[in-house]
Amino acid sequence: MNGALAAELGAALSPERVRTGATELGLYRRDASNIEGTPGIVCFPVTTGEVQACVSAAVRHGVAFVARGAGTGLAGGAVPLDHALVIVTTKMTRILEVDAVNRIAWVEPGVLNLDLTRHVAHLGLHFAPDPSSQQSCSIGGNVANNSGGPHCLSDGVTTSHLLGAEVVLSDGSVVVLGGESAEEQGLDLRGGFVGSEGMFGIATKLCVRLTQTPPAVKTLLIDFDSIDAGARTVSAIIADGMVPAALEMMDQLCVQAVEEYIHAGLPVDSAAVLLVEVAGLPHGVAADVERIVEIAMDHGALTVRIAQDEAERALLWKGRKNAFGAVARIKPNYYLHDTVVPRRMLAEVLGQVYEIVARHGLIVVNVFHAGDGNLHPLLVFDKREPGVMDRVRAAGEEIVRASVAAGGVLSGEHGIGLEKRDLMPLMFVPADLEAQAAMRRAFDPTGLANPHKVLPSPAGCGDIQHVPDGAWV
Amino acid sequence: MISLDDFAAAVGASDPVTVTGLGTRGGPVPGVRVVRAPAGVEWVQPDEMTVCCGAATPVDVLVAALAEHHQTVALPPGGTVGGALALGCSDVRRLGWGPVRDVLLQARYISAKGEVVKAGGPTVKNVSGFDLCRLLVGSRGTLGFLGEVILRTRPVARSSRWFTAAATDPFALFTALYRPTSVLWNGSRVWILLEGHPRDIVEQAAGAGLVASEGPPVLPTGGRWTIAPAAVGSLTGEFVAEVGVGVVHHVDPTPDAWVATERPARVVALARAVKRELDPTNRLNPGVDV
Repeated sequence: MNGALAAELGAALSPERVRTGATELGLYRRDASNIEGTPGIVCFPVTTGEVQACVSAAVRHGVAFVARGAGTGLAGGAVPLDHALVIVTTKMTRILEVDAVNRIAWVEPGVLNLDLTRHVAHLGLHFAPDPSSQQSCSIGGNVANNSGGPHCLSDGVTTSHLLGAEVVLSDGSVVVLGGESAEEQGLDLRGGFVGSEGMFGIATKLCVRLTQTPPAVKTLLIDFDSIDAGARTVSAIIADGMVPAALEMMDQLCVQAVEEYIHAGLPVDSAAVLLVEVAGLPHGVAADVERIVEIAMDHGALTVRIAQDEAERALLWKGRKNAFGAVARIKPNYYLHDTVVPRRMLAEVLGQVYEIVARHGLIVVNVFHAGDGNLHPLLVFDKREPGVMDRVRAAGEEIVRASVAAGGVLSGEHGIGLEKRDLMPLMFVPADLEAQAAMRRAFDPTGLANPHKVLPSPAGCGDIQHVPDGAWV
Repeated sequence: MISLDDFAAAVGASDPVTVTGLGTRGGPVPGVRVVRAPAGVEWVQPDEMTVCCGAATPVDVLVAALAEHHQTVALPPGGTVGGALALGCSDVRRLGWGPVRDVLLQARYISAKGEVVKAGGPTVKNVSGFDLCRLLVGSRGTLGFLGEVILRTRPVARSSRWFTAAATDPFALFTALYRPTSVLWNGSRVWILLEGHPRDIVEQAAGAGLVASEGPPVLPTGGRWTIAPAAVGSLTGEFVAEVGVGVVHHVDPTPDAWVATERPARVVALARAVKRELDPTNRLNPGVDV
């Protein structure tokens, strides 16, 4: 702990919003990943000016600072290393302005994703990115990770919904990147900032696009006797010219776990289930539903269940969105992965995932955004088993490698953080990584904004390095 | 057709150099050595909704190739793909189709060092590393020269029809319609593009009192302003404004009052820092200021 810095912060904010006690620091050692760090000081600013004061003080003392929202990140992006100052935005929760006509809102970064949607629901609007954690994740965190969610298939991920951001840079200055007008003069610095995982600065106000809520929605549950049949149905739907609002897949083990939890009459004997949602105007929705059922039947669908009312639709989604909780019935711990593969490779890569996991003596549950090829293998295990974490990590790395080898990418929506930092060379050669490092230097020449994340250290370029063993929980 | 490596060799690593395509968006920087990017559609993957092409591929050639698969791409017509991305200006369907910056998934570009550099990734969803693609779109060739790009495609709608109506309030119809593809307004009349199922289009148009139109109006070309969408209602003069977007096609160049405010010095400094990091000797499209 840096006493001088803590005293300065206490004066700039207020002493009760600057915490240095061991118990409280312990709460901020990690995010929702399996990686642990060492916070030095945790502070809770409530205004842009206070964030500025925190950043300036940290830089003056040569201390790294880590922005943290709700801490739901899964890649260790908000894990503080080396006694960094953790700047928590959870007390910045005001919805500042809503323009219902032009469908724009200004919010503070600590506003929870679902709270914004609830706030504007009566206007027939919503905030489109809908990660599974939407009840608890903050919009600032969504911006830092360029988060997705099931409904991002048709409406796009966070960057498509962020128009502007007020950002505190590491030199303590405040800039507004982008804004309400469509094409700001000059470089798209707003776009460069989205997904920068706290390494370019800290957003203190966000201008987001709100989306019209569709008047008609149909949700279909379609089951298959093989993953391959389900995956081919996904590709065929897209190739047919339809972009459903969501197109999710669950494998048998997942369906069984979810069914035990929600009792919705899910087809527990089938190898794969697709949850398809079509939204829009009524005739278009009806035509899409008809065509999707035809395509599914042509690909060997066993049954098609169409939710008859809002309650049934909510039940089917409850199963999907709570799948991660439901798997606790199998084993107490899980490790959630996130990679993307081309849709046509879904079945093949999933086959490899099952093989990898079996070889490491683990269990995998698959529940994922099939529509955009975004896999989420969920390795379930009991942490008390000796040596199990090593097997979980080894299997995870093999899954990432298999995904990239199939023409995919390291992460679809969780980000790189610490978790996949050392796997970046699987996708990028040193010249590619240097260009990203150059972006970082332009935004944060001090290198104190959330250091050691995303970019592997230059010495290791071209080699695969590893997060220090002690850091993994 | 030249390869990406030939393009990199042509860009080289030392002297000032400028890139051009078909010259429809301003052409090369005068008096500087000119290079041209590879052209041609390399592959179309309709079930991935992605396409890969050389940056010098004409947009119209790309659109024709995609049309065979009942898909298209949200780029403005004319010129080359590289030019459309480098300028980053959308066309009048932006309200429904999204901005140009959302189209680019992966770029292989030539850096100021003359190296082939990859930004982004080939899949429709990707957060692996920083979003260099977003910086490249609209950078007018000042950060790197686009060589080969992978783009997000979109399905061609079942039906697509323009309508018109008299309107002094541009926002009333905009609010009443569900996700129109375009709403244009000239102060007294709106033109609206509806896409989707033909029966939905007919019902929406009838409900809003729209009548069929040949197409959008002729757009004034004196200036392409970009303003906050809420400010569209207070425009004067001869113009066609994109409601809900804030792009204004005007007979006059953007007046000072509408150049929202000069970009603050710190934002300009940040843009310059990006340029300095990626092109320290200012050799790529010298003189172009972003």
